[in-house]
Amino acid sequence: MSFPPPEFSQPHPFPVVQDLPPRPDLFMYLDITALALALFLAAWLVLKKRSRFGTVALMFGSIAYFGFWRKGCVCAIGSIQNVTQALFDPGYVLTAAAAAFFLLPLAFTLFFGRVFCAAVCPHGAVQDLLLVKPLKLPAWLSRGLGVLPFLYLGAAVLAAANGGLYLICRYDPFIAIFRTSGPAFMLAAGAAVLVLATVIGRPYCRFLCPYGALLRLLQPLSPRRAQITPTDCDVCTLCRNECPFDTIRQPVPEPSSAERIRGRRRLGLALIAAPLLAIAGGAAGYAMGPLFAQTAREVPLARAVWQAESGTGLVSDPVAADAFIRSGEESQALYDRASALSRRFHHGGIAFGVWFGAVAGLFLIITSRQKFRPIFETDPSDCVACGRCFASCPREQIRIQEARKE
Amino acid sequence: MTGIPQAPSTRRGFLVTAVRALILLAGGSLVGAWVLKPWQSRQRVWQIDPLKCTHCGKCATECVLKPSAVKLVHAFPICGYCKLCFGFFKAQQHALDENAENQRCPTGAITRRLIEAPYFEYTIDEGKCIGCGLCARGCTDFGNGSMFLQVRHDVCVNCNQCSIATACPAGAFVRAPIEKPYLLKRSGGSRA
Repeated sequence: MSFPPPEFSQPHPFPVVQDLPPRPDLFMYLDITALALALFLAAWLVLKKRSRFGTVALMFGSIAYFGFWRKGCVCAIGSIQNVTQALFDPGYVLTAAAAAFFLLPLAFTLFFGRVFCAAVCPHGAVQDLLLVKPLKLPAWLSRGLGVLPFLYLGAAVLAAANGGLYLICRYDPFIAIFRTSGPAFMLAAGAAVLVLATVIGRPYCRFLCPYGALLRLLQPLSPRRAQITPTDCDVCTLCRNECPFDTIRQPVPEPSSAERIRGRRRLGLALIAAPLLAIAGGAAGYAMGPLFAQTAREVPLARAVWQAESGTGLVSDPVAADAFIRSGEESQALYDRASALSRRFHHGGIAFGVWFGAVAGLFLIITSRQKFRPIFETDPSDCVACGRCFASCPREQIRIQEARKE
Repeated sequence: MTGIPQAPSTRRGFLVTAVRALILLAGGSLVGAWVLKPWQSRQRVWQIDPLKCTHCGKCATECVLKPSAVKLVHAFPICGYCKLCFGFFKAQQHALDENAENQRCPTGAITRRLIEAPYFEYTIDEGKCIGCGLCARGCTDFGNGSMFLQVRHDVCVNCNQCSIATACPAGAFVRAPIEKPYLLKRSGGSRA
Protein backbone atom coordinates (compact mmCIF):
# COMPACT_ATOMS: atom_id res chain seq x y z
CA MET A 1 0.00 0.00 0.00
CA SER A 2 1.45 3.37 -0.98
CA PHE A 3 -0.32 5.35 1.72
CA PRO A 4 -0.80 4.06 5.25
CA PRO A 5 -4.31 3.77 6.64
CA PRO A 6 -5.48 6.91 8.46
CA GLU A 7 -4.82 7.27 12.17
CA PHE A 8 -7.95 8.88 13.54
CA SER A 9 -7.88 10.32 17.07
CA GLN A 10 -11.43 9.10 17.61
CA PRO A 11 -12.63 5.73 16.26
CA HIS A 12 -14.23 6.12 12.84
CA PRO A 13 -16.20 3.16 11.48
CA PHE A 14 -15.69 2.49 7.77
CA PRO A 15 -18.83 2.83 5.67
CA VAL A 16 -20.13 -0.49 4.38
CA VAL A 17 -18.98 -1.53 0.90
CA GLN A 18 -22.27 -2.35 -0.77
CA ASP A 19 -22.72 -5.63 -2.58
CA LEU A 20 -26.24 -5.87 -3.91
CA PRO A 21 -27.07 -9.43 -4.92
CA PRO A 22 -27.99 -10.45 -8.49
CA ARG A 23 -31.42 -11.69 -9.50
CA PRO A 24 -32.25 -14.65 -7.27
CA ASP A 25 -32.44 -18.19 -8.68
CA LEU A 26 -36.18 -18.31 -8.04
CA PHE A 27 -36.78 -16.09 -11.08
CA MET A 28 -34.78 -18.45 -13.25
CA TYR A 29 -37.20 -21.26 -12.42
CA LEU A 30 -40.07 -18.84 -13.07
CA ASP A 31 -38.69 -18.31 -16.60
CA ILE A 32 -38.50 -22.06 -17.17
CA THR A 33 -42.07 -22.52 -15.94
CA ALA A 34 -43.27 -19.68 -18.16
CA LEU A 35 -41.56 -21.29 -21.15
CA ALA A 36 -43.11 -24.69 -20.48
CA LEU A 37 -46.60 -23.19 -19.99
CA ALA A 38 -46.29 -21.09 -23.15
CA LEU A 39 -45.20 -24.16 -25.15
CA PHE A 40 -48.15 -26.24 -23.89
CA LEU A 41 -50.54 -23.37 -24.63
CA ALA A 42 -49.10 -22.90 -28.12
CA ALA A 43 -49.40 -26.62 -28.89
CA TRP A 44 -53.01 -26.64 -27.67
CA LEU A 45 -53.96 -23.48 -29.59
CA VAL A 46 -52.35 -24.56 -32.85
CA LEU A 47 -53.09 -28.28 -32.93
CA LYS A 48 -56.28 -28.68 -30.93
CA LYS A 49 -58.11 -25.35 -31.11
CA ARG A 50 -56.68 -24.51 -34.55
CA SER A 51 -57.10 -20.87 -33.58
CA ARG A 52 -55.12 -18.10 -35.24
CA PHE A 53 -56.70 -15.61 -32.84
CA GLY A 54 -55.44 -17.50 -29.80
CA THR A 55 -52.01 -17.84 -31.37
CA VAL A 56 -51.80 -14.09 -31.93
CA ALA A 57 -52.85 -13.45 -28.33
CA LEU A 58 -50.10 -15.76 -27.12
CA MET A 59 -47.61 -13.93 -29.37
CA PHE A 60 -48.35 -10.68 -27.56
CA GLY A 61 -47.84 -12.44 -24.24
CA SER A 62 -44.50 -13.90 -25.35
CA ILE A 63 -43.25 -10.56 -26.64
CA ALA A 64 -44.22 -8.93 -23.36
CA TYR A 65 -42.62 -11.56 -21.09
CA PHE A 66 -39.66 -13.09 -22.96
CA GLY A 67 -39.08 -9.93 -25.01
CA PHE A 68 -39.55 -6.74 -23.08
CA TRP A 69 -39.71 -8.01 -19.49
CA ARG A 70 -36.79 -10.45 -19.68
CA LYS A 71 -35.10 -8.17 -22.23
CA GLY A 72 -34.61 -11.04 -24.67
CA CYS A 73 -32.26 -12.95 -22.33
CA VAL A 74 -32.48 -15.95 -21.68
CA CYS A 75 -33.55 -17.32 -25.08
CA ALA A 76 -33.53 -20.60 -26.94
CA ILE A 77 -31.56 -19.24 -29.89
CA GLY A 78 -28.70 -18.04 -27.70
CA SER A 79 -28.72 -21.17 -25.55
CA ILE A 80 -27.10 -23.09 -28.44
CA GLN A 81 -23.87 -21.30 -27.52
CA ASN A 82 -24.17 -21.98 -23.80
CA VAL A 83 -24.61 -25.68 -24.49
CA THR A 84 -21.68 -25.62 -26.93
CA GLN A 85 -19.41 -23.86 -24.48
CA ALA A 86 -20.38 -26.25 -21.70
CA LEU A 87 -19.38 -29.14 -23.97
CA PHE A 88 -16.00 -27.73 -24.97
CA ASP A 89 -14.92 -25.63 -21.97
CA PRO A 90 -14.54 -27.74 -18.82
CA GLY A 91 -14.60 -24.66 -16.59
CA TYR A 92 -17.97 -23.44 -17.83
CA VAL A 93 -21.14 -24.66 -16.13
CA LEU A 94 -24.48 -24.56 -17.90
CA THR A 95 -27.31 -22.92 -15.98
CA ALA A 96 -30.61 -24.74 -15.63
CA ALA A 97 -32.34 -21.94 -17.56
CA ALA A 98 -30.01 -22.24 -20.57
CA ALA A 99 -30.40 -26.02 -20.54
CA ALA A 100 -34.21 -25.80 -20.36
CA PHE A 101 -34.43 -23.14 -23.06
CA PHE A 102 -32.29 -25.30 -25.31
CA LEU A 103 -34.09 -28.60 -24.69
CA LEU A 104 -37.78 -27.81 -24.13
CA PRO A 105 -38.53 -26.30 -27.56
CA LEU A 106 -36.58 -29.14 -29.21
CA ALA A 107 -38.63 -31.72 -27.31
CA PHE A 108 -41.90 -29.96 -28.16
CA THR A 109 -40.93 -29.83 -31.83
CA LEU A 110 -40.36 -33.58 -31.79
CA PHE A 111 -43.95 -34.11 -30.64
CA PHE A 112 -46.03 -31.14 -31.80
CA GLY A 113 -44.03 -29.44 -34.57
CA ARG A 114 -42.64 -25.93 -34.43
CA VAL A 115 -45.17 -24.49 -31.97
CA PHE A 116 -42.23 -22.71 -30.33
CA CYS A 117 -41.66 -20.66 -33.50
CA ALA A 118 -45.40 -20.12 -33.85
CA ALA A 119 -46.06 -18.11 -30.73
CA VAL A 120 -43.47 -18.61 -27.96
CA CYS A 121 -40.32 -17.14 -29.49
CA PRO A 122 -40.50 -13.34 -29.16
CA HIS A 123 -38.27 -12.89 -32.20
CA GLY A 124 -40.67 -14.81 -34.41
CA ALA A 125 -43.75 -13.20 -32.87
CA VAL A 126 -42.49 -9.65 -33.46
CA GLN A 127 -41.88 -10.34 -37.14
CA ASP A 128 -45.12 -12.25 -37.54
CA LEU A 129 -47.24 -9.44 -36.09
CA LEU A 130 -45.58 -6.78 -38.24
CA LEU A 131 -46.26 -8.57 -41.51
CA VAL A 132 -48.63 -6.30 -43.49
CA LYS A 133 -48.20 -7.08 -47.14
CA PRO A 134 -46.38 -10.35 -47.78
CA LEU A 135 -44.50 -10.64 -51.05
CA LYS A 136 -44.13 -14.07 -52.58
CA LEU A 137 -40.47 -14.82 -53.06
CA PRO A 138 -39.47 -17.01 -56.00
CA ALA A 139 -38.96 -20.58 -54.86
CA TRP A 140 -35.27 -20.69 -55.84
CA LEU A 141 -34.58 -17.61 -53.71
CA SER A 142 -36.38 -18.68 -50.55
CA ARG A 143 -35.02 -22.23 -50.84
CA GLY A 144 -31.51 -20.93 -51.51
CA LEU A 145 -31.52 -18.45 -48.64
CA GLY A 146 -32.85 -21.26 -46.45
CA VAL A 147 -29.29 -22.69 -46.36
CA LEU A 148 -27.96 -19.60 -44.53
CA PRO A 149 -29.21 -20.59 -41.03
CA PHE A 150 -27.09 -23.75 -41.19
CA LEU A 151 -24.05 -21.66 -42.08
CA TYR A 152 -24.79 -19.30 -39.18
CA LEU A 153 -25.34 -22.22 -36.80
CA GLY A 154 -22.00 -23.72 -37.75
CA ALA A 155 -20.16 -20.42 -37.34
CA ALA A 156 -21.81 -19.77 -33.96
CA VAL A 157 -20.92 -23.25 -32.68
CA LEU A 158 -17.33 -22.84 -33.92
CA ALA A 159 -16.92 -19.48 -32.19
CA ALA A 160 -18.57 -20.60 -28.92
CA ALA A 161 -16.55 -23.82 -28.78
CA ASN A 162 -13.18 -22.05 -29.14
CA GLY A 163 -12.78 -18.94 -27.06
CA GLY A 164 -16.37 -18.44 -26.00
CA LEU A 165 -17.46 -15.56 -28.24
CA TYR A 166 -21.27 -15.61 -28.59
CA LEU A 167 -21.88 -14.53 -32.20
CA ILE A 168 -25.66 -15.06 -32.06
CA CYS A 169 -26.12 -12.79 -29.06
CA ARG A 170 -23.67 -10.17 -30.25
CA TYR A 171 -25.36 -9.80 -33.63
CA ASP A 172 -28.97 -10.38 -32.59
CA PRO A 173 -31.11 -7.79 -34.41
CA PHE A 174 -34.01 -7.74 -31.92
CA ILE A 175 -32.35 -7.72 -28.53
CA ALA A 176 -31.45 -4.02 -28.78
CA ILE A 177 -35.12 -3.31 -29.45
CA PHE A 178 -36.33 -5.42 -26.51
CA ARG A 179 -33.88 -3.58 -24.26
CA THR A 180 -34.62 -0.24 -25.95
CA SER A 181 -30.87 0.27 -25.69
CA GLY A 182 -27.79 -0.99 -27.41
CA PRO A 183 -25.04 -0.22 -29.91
CA ALA A 184 -26.24 2.08 -32.70
CA PHE A 185 -25.46 -0.37 -35.49
CA MET A 186 -27.49 -3.15 -33.82
CA LEU A 187 -30.46 -0.83 -33.25
CA ALA A 188 -30.25 0.12 -36.93
CA ALA A 189 -30.03 -3.55 -37.94
CA GLY A 190 -33.05 -4.37 -35.77
CA ALA A 191 -35.08 -1.56 -37.32
CA ALA A 192 -34.05 -2.71 -40.81
CA VAL A 193 -35.14 -6.30 -40.13
CA LEU A 194 -38.46 -5.10 -38.73
CA VAL A 195 -39.09 -2.93 -41.82
CA LEU A 196 -38.19 -5.88 -44.03
CA ALA A 197 -40.56 -8.05 -41.99
CA THR A 198 -43.53 -5.94 -43.09
CA VAL A 199 -43.20 -7.21 -46.66
CA ILE A 200 -41.21 -10.45 -46.33
CA GLY A 201 -42.62 -12.93 -43.83
CA ARG A 202 -40.31 -13.62 -40.87
CA PRO A 203 -37.00 -12.90 -42.62
CA TYR A 204 -34.89 -13.70 -39.53
CA CYS A 205 -36.68 -16.99 -38.81
CA ARG A 206 -36.42 -18.25 -42.38
CA PHE A 207 -33.05 -17.00 -43.53
CA LEU A 208 -30.89 -16.60 -40.42
CA CYS A 209 -32.21 -18.20 -37.22
CA PRO A 210 -29.77 -20.95 -36.17
CA TYR A 211 -32.23 -22.47 -33.69
CA GLY A 212 -34.83 -22.57 -36.46
CA ALA A 213 -32.29 -24.60 -38.44
CA LEU A 214 -32.26 -27.22 -35.67
CA LEU A 215 -36.06 -27.21 -35.50
CA ARG A 216 -36.28 -27.59 -39.27
CA LEU A 217 -34.28 -30.78 -38.98
CA LEU A 218 -36.52 -32.10 -36.22
CA GLN A 219 -40.04 -31.13 -37.31
CA PRO A 220 -40.34 -33.84 -40.01
CA LEU A 221 -39.98 -36.42 -37.21
CA SER A 222 -42.98 -35.08 -35.36
CA PRO A 223 -46.16 -37.21 -35.44
CA ARG A 224 -48.42 -34.17 -35.05
CA ARG A 225 -47.78 -30.79 -36.57
CA ALA A 226 -49.90 -27.98 -37.98
CA GLN A 227 -51.76 -29.19 -41.04
CA ILE A 228 -54.20 -27.39 -43.28
CA THR A 229 -56.28 -30.35 -44.28
CA PRO A 230 -55.89 -33.29 -42.06
CA THR A 231 -58.63 -35.25 -43.80
CA ASP A 232 -59.78 -33.73 -47.05
CA CYS A 233 -58.67 -31.19 -49.67
CA ASP A 234 -60.52 -29.61 -52.57
CA VAL A 235 -57.23 -28.53 -54.24
CA CYS A 236 -58.50 -24.94 -54.31
CA THR A 237 -55.18 -23.03 -53.63
CA LEU A 238 -56.82 -20.73 -51.02
CA CYS A 239 -54.47 -21.85 -48.25
CA ARG A 240 -51.45 -21.43 -50.49
CA ASN A 241 -52.37 -17.81 -51.18
CA GLU A 242 -52.84 -17.25 -47.45
CA CYS A 243 -49.38 -18.51 -46.40
CA PRO A 244 -46.93 -15.59 -46.28
CA PHE A 245 -43.90 -17.85 -45.76
CA ASP A 246 -44.23 -19.90 -48.98
CA THR A 247 -44.30 -23.13 -46.98
CA ILE A 248 -47.41 -24.72 -48.51
CA ARG A 249 -46.47 -27.25 -51.15
CA GLN A 250 -48.85 -27.77 -54.05
CA PRO A 251 -50.02 -31.19 -55.26
CA VAL A 252 -47.62 -33.04 -57.50
CA PRO A 253 -49.11 -35.54 -59.95
CA GLU A 254 -47.78 -39.05 -60.29
CA PRO A 255 -44.70 -38.68 -62.54
CA SER A 256 -44.59 -40.27 -65.99
CA SER A 257 -41.95 -42.89 -66.70
CA ALA A 258 -39.80 -40.37 -68.66
CA GLU A 259 -39.94 -37.95 -65.73
CA ARG A 260 -39.12 -40.76 -63.38
CA ILE A 261 -35.92 -41.54 -65.30
CA ARG A 262 -34.92 -37.87 -65.39
CA GLY A 263 -35.63 -37.54 -61.69
CA ARG A 264 -33.58 -40.60 -60.91
CA ARG A 265 -30.65 -39.17 -62.87
CA ARG A 266 -30.96 -35.86 -60.98
CA LEU A 267 -31.03 -37.67 -57.66
CA GLY A 268 -27.96 -39.68 -58.69
CA LEU A 269 -26.08 -36.51 -59.53
CA ALA A 270 -27.08 -34.96 -56.21
CA LEU A 271 -25.91 -38.08 -54.37
CA ILE A 272 -22.53 -37.82 -56.09
CA ALA A 273 -22.33 -34.06 -55.51
CA ALA A 274 -23.13 -34.23 -51.78
CA PRO A 275 -19.87 -35.86 -50.60
CA LEU A 276 -17.88 -33.70 -53.01
CA LEU A 277 -19.52 -30.62 -51.50
CA ALA A 278 -18.62 -31.85 -48.02
CA ILE A 279 -14.98 -32.34 -49.03
CA ALA A 280 -14.83 -28.93 -50.72
CA GLY A 281 -16.41 -27.37 -47.63
CA GLY A 282 -13.79 -29.00 -45.40
CA ALA A 283 -10.95 -27.66 -47.55
CA ALA A 284 -12.47 -24.17 -47.58
CA GLY A 285 -13.00 -24.34 -43.81
CA TYR A 286 -9.35 -25.31 -43.26
CA ALA A 287 -8.23 -22.35 -45.38
CA MET A 288 -10.52 -20.03 -43.43
CA GLY A 289 -9.10 -21.20 -40.07
CA PRO A 290 -6.80 -18.17 -39.49
CA LEU A 291 -9.72 -15.86 -40.21
CA PHE A 292 -12.02 -17.67 -37.73
CA ALA A 293 -9.22 -17.63 -35.14
CA GLN A 294 -9.43 -13.83 -34.99
CA THR A 295 -12.76 -14.16 -33.14
CA ALA A 296 -10.96 -15.63 -30.10
CA ARG A 297 -9.67 -12.78 -27.96
CA GLU A 298 -6.23 -14.17 -27.25
CA VAL A 299 -5.18 -14.71 -30.87
CA PRO A 300 -5.17 -11.04 -31.95
CA LEU A 301 -3.92 -10.15 -28.45
CA ALA A 302 -0.88 -12.39 -28.83
CA ARG A 303 -0.04 -10.69 -32.12
CA ALA A 304 -0.35 -7.24 -30.56
CA VAL A 305 1.83 -8.22 -27.58
CA TRP A 306 4.43 -9.72 -29.89
CA GLN A 307 4.50 -6.54 -31.98
CA ALA A 308 4.84 -4.42 -28.85
CA GLU A 309 7.61 -6.55 -27.36
CA SER A 310 9.65 -6.90 -30.55
CA GLY A 311 9.33 -3.14 -31.08
CA THR A 312 9.06 -3.40 -34.83
CA GLY A 313 6.42 -1.42 -36.63
CA LEU A 314 2.92 -0.57 -35.49
CA VAL A 315 1.07 -2.37 -32.72
CA SER A 316 -2.36 -3.55 -33.93
CA ASP A 317 -4.06 -3.00 -30.55
CA PRO A 318 -1.82 -0.89 -28.30
CA VAL A 319 -4.37 -0.59 -25.45
CA ALA A 320 -4.79 -4.36 -25.16
CA ALA A 321 -1.06 -5.01 -25.54
CA ASP A 322 -0.28 -2.44 -22.84
CA ALA A 323 -2.91 -3.94 -20.54
CA PHE A 324 -1.40 -7.38 -20.96
CA ILE A 325 2.19 -6.24 -20.41
CA ARG A 326 1.18 -4.29 -17.30
CA SER A 327 -0.57 -7.36 -15.87
CA GLY A 328 2.90 -8.94 -15.54
CA GLU A 329 1.81 -12.22 -17.10
CA GLU A 330 4.34 -14.32 -18.99
CA SER A 331 4.02 -13.50 -22.71
CA GLN A 332 5.33 -16.91 -23.77
CA ALA A 333 2.33 -18.53 -22.05
CA LEU A 334 0.05 -16.26 -24.07
CA TYR A 335 1.81 -17.21 -27.32
CA ASP A 336 1.41 -20.89 -26.48
CA ARG A 337 -2.28 -20.49 -25.71
CA ALA A 338 -2.82 -18.48 -28.90
CA SER A 339 -1.11 -21.06 -31.11
CA ALA A 340 -3.11 -23.85 -29.44
CA LEU A 341 -6.29 -21.85 -30.16
CA SER A 342 -5.23 -21.35 -33.79
CA ARG A 343 -4.77 -25.09 -34.16
CA ARG A 344 -8.22 -25.69 -32.68
CA PHE A 345 -9.68 -23.24 -35.16
CA HIS A 346 -7.99 -25.07 -38.04
CA HIS A 347 -9.58 -28.35 -36.92
CA GLY A 348 -12.86 -26.63 -36.10
CA GLY A 349 -12.80 -24.92 -39.50
CA ILE A 350 -12.61 -28.31 -41.19
CA ALA A 351 -15.55 -29.59 -39.15
CA PHE A 352 -17.52 -26.43 -39.92
CA GLY A 353 -16.80 -26.69 -43.65
CA VAL A 354 -17.72 -30.38 -43.80
CA TRP A 355 -20.93 -29.66 -41.89
CA PHE A 356 -21.99 -26.89 -44.22
CA GLY A 357 -21.03 -28.86 -47.34
CA ALA A 358 -23.02 -31.83 -46.08
CA VAL A 359 -26.07 -29.64 -45.36
CA ALA A 360 -25.87 -28.09 -48.83
CA GLY A 361 -25.60 -31.59 -50.30
CA LEU A 362 -28.61 -32.73 -48.28
CA PHE A 363 -30.55 -29.75 -49.64
CA LEU A 364 -29.66 -30.84 -53.16
CA ILE A 365 -30.80 -34.39 -52.47
CA ILE A 366 -34.07 -33.26 -50.89
CA THR A 367 -34.93 -30.83 -53.69
CA SER A 368 -34.09 -33.33 -56.41
CA ARG A 369 -36.17 -36.06 -54.83
CA GLN A 370 -39.53 -36.53 -56.54
CA LYS A 371 -42.48 -36.77 -54.28
CA PHE A 372 -45.99 -37.63 -55.28
CA ARG A 373 -48.38 -35.38 -53.36
CA PRO A 374 -52.17 -35.59 -53.94
CA ILE A 375 -53.19 -32.58 -51.82
CA PHE A 376 -51.88 -29.24 -50.53
CA GLU A 377 -49.58 -29.79 -47.57
CA THR A 378 -47.48 -27.68 -45.27
CA ASP A 379 -43.76 -28.20 -45.73
CA PRO A 380 -42.62 -30.67 -43.05
CA SER A 381 -39.52 -28.59 -42.22
CA ASP A 382 -40.26 -24.99 -43.05
CA CYS A 383 -43.81 -24.54 -41.68
CA VAL A 384 -43.75 -22.40 -38.53
CA ALA A 385 -47.30 -23.32 -37.47
CA CYS A 386 -48.52 -19.73 -37.45
CA GLY A 387 -52.10 -20.91 -38.06
CA ARG A 388 -53.01 -18.52 -40.89
CA CYS A 389 -54.03 -21.25 -43.30
CA PHE A 390 -56.58 -22.96 -41.02
CA ALA A 391 -59.41 -20.48 -41.52
CA SER A 392 -58.71 -20.11 -45.25
CA CYS A 393 -59.70 -23.71 -45.92
CA PRO A 394 -63.37 -24.06 -47.00
CA ARG A 395 -63.37 -27.57 -45.57
CA GLU A 396 -62.37 -26.14 -42.21
CA GLN A 397 -65.44 -23.89 -42.25
CA ILE A 398 -67.65 -26.94 -42.85
CA ARG A 399 -65.91 -28.80 -40.04
CA ILE A 400 -66.42 -25.90 -37.64
CA GLN A 401 -70.14 -25.70 -38.51
CA GLU A 402 -70.55 -29.43 -37.97
CA ALA A 403 -68.74 -29.22 -34.68
CA ARG A 404 -71.08 -26.40 -33.58
CA LYS A 405 -74.17 -28.47 -34.46
CA GLU A 406 -72.95 -31.27 -32.25
CA MET B 1 -62.91 -28.71 -31.64
CA THR B 2 -61.90 -30.77 -34.64
CA GLY B 3 -60.52 -34.17 -33.95
CA ILE B 4 -57.65 -34.99 -36.27
CA PRO B 5 -57.76 -38.68 -37.09
CA GLN B 6 -54.62 -40.52 -36.13
CA ALA B 7 -52.68 -42.29 -38.84
CA PRO B 8 -52.56 -46.07 -38.46
CA SER B 9 -49.28 -47.33 -37.09
CA THR B 10 -46.77 -48.26 -39.75
CA ARG B 11 -43.21 -49.46 -39.80
CA ARG B 12 -42.10 -45.99 -40.88
CA GLY B 13 -44.06 -44.44 -38.04
CA PHE B 14 -42.46 -46.80 -35.55
CA LEU B 15 -38.97 -45.99 -36.82
CA VAL B 16 -39.65 -42.25 -36.62
CA THR B 17 -40.88 -42.65 -33.04
CA ALA B 18 -37.76 -44.60 -32.17
CA VAL B 19 -35.49 -41.91 -33.69
CA ARG B 20 -37.43 -39.27 -31.79
CA ALA B 21 -37.01 -41.10 -28.51
CA LEU B 22 -33.30 -41.55 -29.19
CA ILE B 23 -32.77 -37.85 -29.93
CA LEU B 24 -34.63 -36.90 -26.76
CA LEU B 25 -32.69 -39.38 -24.68
CA ALA B 26 -29.33 -38.30 -26.11
CA GLY B 27 -30.11 -34.58 -25.78
CA GLY B 28 -31.53 -34.99 -22.30
CA SER B 29 -28.66 -37.00 -20.92
CA LEU B 30 -26.07 -34.79 -22.60
CA VAL B 31 -27.43 -31.55 -21.20
CA GLY B 32 -28.41 -33.24 -17.92
CA ALA B 33 -24.84 -34.37 -17.34
CA TRP B 34 -23.56 -30.88 -17.88
CA VAL B 35 -26.20 -29.21 -15.73
CA LEU B 36 -25.49 -31.54 -12.84
CA LYS B 37 -21.85 -30.63 -12.34
CA PRO B 38 -22.24 -30.47 -8.59
CA TRP B 39 -18.50 -30.33 -8.02
CA GLN B 40 -18.24 -26.97 -9.74
CA SER B 41 -19.61 -23.65 -8.64
CA ARG B 42 -22.04 -21.94 -10.96
CA GLN B 43 -19.99 -19.29 -12.77
CA ARG B 44 -22.81 -17.35 -14.25
CA VAL B 45 -22.69 -13.60 -13.53
CA TRP B 46 -20.30 -11.16 -15.16
CA GLN B 47 -17.77 -9.38 -13.01
CA ILE B 48 -14.58 -7.34 -13.38
CA ASP B 49 -11.35 -8.65 -11.95
CA PRO B 50 -10.07 -5.38 -10.42
CA LEU B 51 -6.47 -6.59 -10.53
CA LYS B 52 -6.64 -6.96 -14.32
CA CYS B 53 -8.71 -3.85 -15.07
CA THR B 54 -6.79 -1.05 -16.80
CA HIS B 55 -9.56 1.59 -16.57
CA CYS B 56 -9.62 2.07 -20.34
CA GLY B 57 -13.06 3.66 -20.21
CA LYS B 58 -14.86 1.11 -22.38
CA CYS B 59 -17.19 0.10 -19.53
CA ALA B 60 -18.88 3.47 -19.89
CA THR B 61 -19.35 3.20 -23.64
CA GLU B 62 -19.82 -0.49 -24.47
CA CYS B 63 -22.53 -1.58 -21.99
CA VAL B 64 -25.96 -2.20 -23.53
CA LEU B 65 -27.42 -0.14 -20.71
CA LYS B 66 -27.07 3.63 -20.69
CA PRO B 67 -25.72 4.55 -18.17
CA SER B 68 -23.55 1.48 -17.78
CA ALA B 69 -24.15 -1.23 -15.17
CA VAL B 70 -20.48 -0.85 -14.22
CA LYS B 71 -20.06 1.44 -11.23
CA LEU B 72 -17.23 2.54 -9.05
CA VAL B 73 -16.83 0.69 -5.77
CA HIS B 74 -14.81 2.26 -2.99
CA ALA B 75 -13.21 -0.15 -0.55
CA PHE B 76 -12.90 2.11 2.50
CA PRO B 77 -10.72 -0.26 4.57
CA ILE B 78 -7.81 0.10 2.13
CA CYS B 79 -8.30 3.84 1.42
CA GLY B 80 -5.61 6.22 2.68
CA TYR B 81 -8.18 9.00 3.28
CA CYS B 82 -5.73 11.27 1.46
CA LYS B 83 -6.22 15.00 1.40
CA LEU B 84 -4.80 15.09 -2.12
CA CYS B 85 -6.85 12.26 -3.64
CA PHE B 86 -5.98 11.49 -7.25
CA GLY B 87 -9.34 9.79 -7.69
CA PHE B 88 -11.09 13.00 -6.71
CA PHE B 89 -8.81 15.72 -8.07
CA LYS B 90 -7.60 15.88 -11.57
CA ALA B 91 -3.93 16.42 -12.30
CA GLN B 92 -2.72 20.03 -12.20
CA GLN B 93 -5.75 21.16 -10.23
CA HIS B 94 -5.99 24.83 -9.40
CA ALA B 95 -6.94 24.31 -5.79
CA LEU B 96 -7.84 21.43 -3.48
CA ASP B 97 -11.53 22.29 -3.34
CA GLU B 98 -14.79 20.86 -4.68
CA ASN B 99 -15.02 23.17 -7.67
CA ALA B 100 -15.91 21.37 -10.88
CA GLU B 101 -12.77 22.38 -12.75
CA ASN B 102 -10.66 20.60 -10.14
CA GLN B 103 -12.62 17.35 -10.07
CA ARG B 104 -11.64 14.33 -12.09
CA CYS B 105 -15.16 12.84 -12.13
CA PRO B 106 -17.03 14.08 -15.24
CA THR B 107 -20.42 13.77 -13.53
CA GLY B 108 -19.51 14.95 -10.04
CA ALA B 109 -20.45 11.61 -8.54
CA ILE B 110 -17.80 11.70 -5.80
CA THR B 111 -18.35 13.72 -2.65
CA ARG B 112 -15.71 14.27 -0.02
CA ARG B 113 -16.21 14.84 3.65
CA LEU B 114 -13.66 15.95 6.22
CA ILE B 115 -13.37 13.39 9.01
CA GLU B 116 -10.52 15.12 10.83
CA ALA B 117 -7.53 16.96 9.42
CA PRO B 118 -5.92 15.79 7.22
CA TYR B 119 -8.24 12.86 6.50
CA PHE B 120 -11.08 13.01 3.99
CA GLU B 121 -13.64 10.36 3.19
CA TYR B 122 -14.71 9.92 -0.44
CA THR B 123 -18.12 8.43 -1.21
CA ILE B 124 -19.64 7.55 -4.59
CA ASP B 125 -23.15 8.45 -5.69
CA GLU B 126 -23.85 5.42 -7.88
CA GLY B 127 -26.85 7.12 -9.44
CA LYS B 128 -24.48 9.61 -11.04
CA CYS B 129 -21.59 7.22 -11.75
CA ILE B 130 -21.23 6.25 -15.44
CA GLY B 131 -18.45 3.72 -14.92
CA CYS B 132 -15.79 5.59 -16.91
CA GLY B 133 -13.12 4.60 -14.40
CA LEU B 134 -11.20 7.89 -14.50
CA CYS B 135 -11.11 8.07 -10.69
CA ALA B 136 -10.14 4.40 -10.46
CA ARG B 137 -7.22 5.08 -12.79
CA GLY B 138 -6.11 8.09 -10.73
CA CYS B 139 -6.41 6.19 -7.47
CA THR B 140 -4.58 3.14 -8.83
CA ASP B 141 -1.77 5.08 -10.48
CA PHE B 142 -0.99 7.42 -7.56
CA GLY B 143 -2.77 5.95 -4.56
CA ASN B 144 -3.84 2.79 -2.83
CA GLY B 145 -6.16 1.57 -5.56
CA SER B 146 -9.11 1.54 -3.20
CA MET B 147 -11.36 2.80 -6.01
CA PHE B 148 -12.13 0.15 -8.63
CA LEU B 149 -14.86 -0.78 -11.07
CA GLN B 150 -17.40 -3.52 -10.47
CA VAL B 151 -20.52 -4.71 -12.29
CA ARG B 152 -23.54 -3.75 -10.19
CA HIS B 153 -25.86 -6.73 -10.20
CA ASP B 154 -28.96 -4.76 -9.25
CA VAL B 155 -28.52 -2.91 -12.57
CA CYS B 156 -26.86 -5.53 -14.82
CA VAL B 157 -29.20 -7.59 -17.00
CA ASN B 158 -26.56 -10.35 -17.17
CA CYS B 159 -26.52 -10.71 -20.95
CA ASN B 160 -25.52 -14.08 -22.31
CA GLN B 161 -22.66 -12.30 -24.08
CA CYS B 162 -21.57 -9.24 -22.12
CA SER B 163 -20.76 -6.63 -24.74
CA ILE B 164 -18.19 -4.94 -22.50
CA ALA B 165 -16.45 -8.30 -22.08
CA THR B 166 -15.97 -8.61 -25.83
CA ALA B 167 -14.50 -5.11 -25.96
CA CYS B 168 -12.37 -5.30 -22.80
CA PRO B 169 -8.72 -5.01 -23.86
CA ALA B 170 -7.39 -6.47 -20.61
CA GLY B 171 -9.62 -9.55 -20.51
CA ALA B 172 -10.70 -8.41 -17.07
CA PHE B 173 -14.30 -9.60 -17.46
CA VAL B 174 -14.82 -12.98 -15.88
CA ARG B 175 -17.83 -15.06 -14.88
CA ALA B 176 -18.21 -15.02 -11.12
CA PRO B 177 -20.17 -17.52 -9.01
CA ILE B 178 -23.66 -16.32 -8.16
CA GLU B 179 -23.03 -16.90 -4.44
CA LYS B 180 -20.06 -14.52 -4.50
CA PRO B 181 -20.81 -12.10 -7.31
CA TYR B 182 -18.34 -9.33 -6.36
CA LEU B 183 -14.56 -9.39 -6.62
CA LEU B 184 -13.67 -6.79 -4.01
CA LYS B 185 -10.13 -5.68 -3.36
CA ARG B 186 -8.92 -6.59 0.12
CA SER B 187 -5.47 -5.04 -0.03
CA GLY B 188 -4.24 -1.92 -1.70
CA GLY B 189 -1.43 -1.51 -4.14
CA SER B 190 -0.22 1.19 -6.48
CA ARG B 191 0.80 0.54 -10.05
CA ALA B 192 3.09 3.59 -10.24
